[in-house]
Amino acid sequence: MSQSYNRGLIEDFSRWREFEAGMWAWIFHKFTGWVLIGYLFTHIAVLSTAIPAANGATMMFQGSETDVFTGTIVSLEGLLLVRILEVGLLAVAVFHMLNGTRLLLVDLGIGLEAQDKSFYASLILTGAITVASVPTFIAGAF
Amino acid sequence: MAERYSSFKSGGRMWLLQRVTAAFLLVVLAFHFFLLHFVHHADEVTLAASSARMEQLSYYSLMVLFLVTATFHGVNGVYNALINQGLTGTKRTVVKWTLVAASVVLLFQGIRTANAWAGGFPL
Repeated sequence: MSQSYNRGLIEDFSRWREFEAGMWAWIFHKFTGWVLIGYLFTHIAVLSTAIPAANGATMMFQGSETDVFTGTIVSLEGLLLVRILEVGLLAVAVFHMLNGTRLLLVDLGIGLEAQDKSFYASLILTGAITVASVPTFIAGAF
Repeated sequence: MAERYSSFKSGGRMWLLQRVTAAFLLVVLAFHFFLLHFVHHADEVTLAASSARMEQLSYYSLMVLFLVTATFHGVNGVYNALINQGLTGTKRTVVKWTLVAASVVLLFQGIRTANAWAGGFPL
């Protein structure tokens, strides 16, 4: 089952016209993976405000004294940019999960003949779930 | 399309662990998003509500396991992607141990945060 495949240089941008569905799936999976691991580090850094908060650290937020964790999260969520980035994060996570499911199935030998179709299905489902989630993610931002 | 596009050499121990953690993360990440964006909205987060969830041993254990598997899956993915791009020799060793160190820091800080919410290990 194991075989090496020479993909050539990704940096050779003019090659993109030659890419098949599987190559795009590989590039998108890699890109979304980098975003998600980057986000994990950021996420833990922001959530770490719970440590001083649990020890009684406070901040002024909307005219009243609030613990630094609640104040940090709620003030970040008050920024439209953060809400838009969260929708982007959802899109990235959903694609990585759907395409990852596709990869797990391929590794199990399931759907080998439908790899292109399942990639396109992952893209369409990602778009649909992301669009459907926008109202929930943007609610209260204005 | 017969080619198998993957950054991993199929069949190894890390290859298997990457897939086992993937299967776990699929379920837990979906749960995490659903609970903290759809059941509770992110702008309604409070220290008290987060603490109340984390004080339950089942939730605490699930979140710590989520952190461990996500860190492994992410860092192992990055490492294999870099090897796939041609990382070898001393650079590979340096990158490997840098990623291990970053993982340790992330896990330490994540567990510290979970303990701050839970007021220590929830027993």
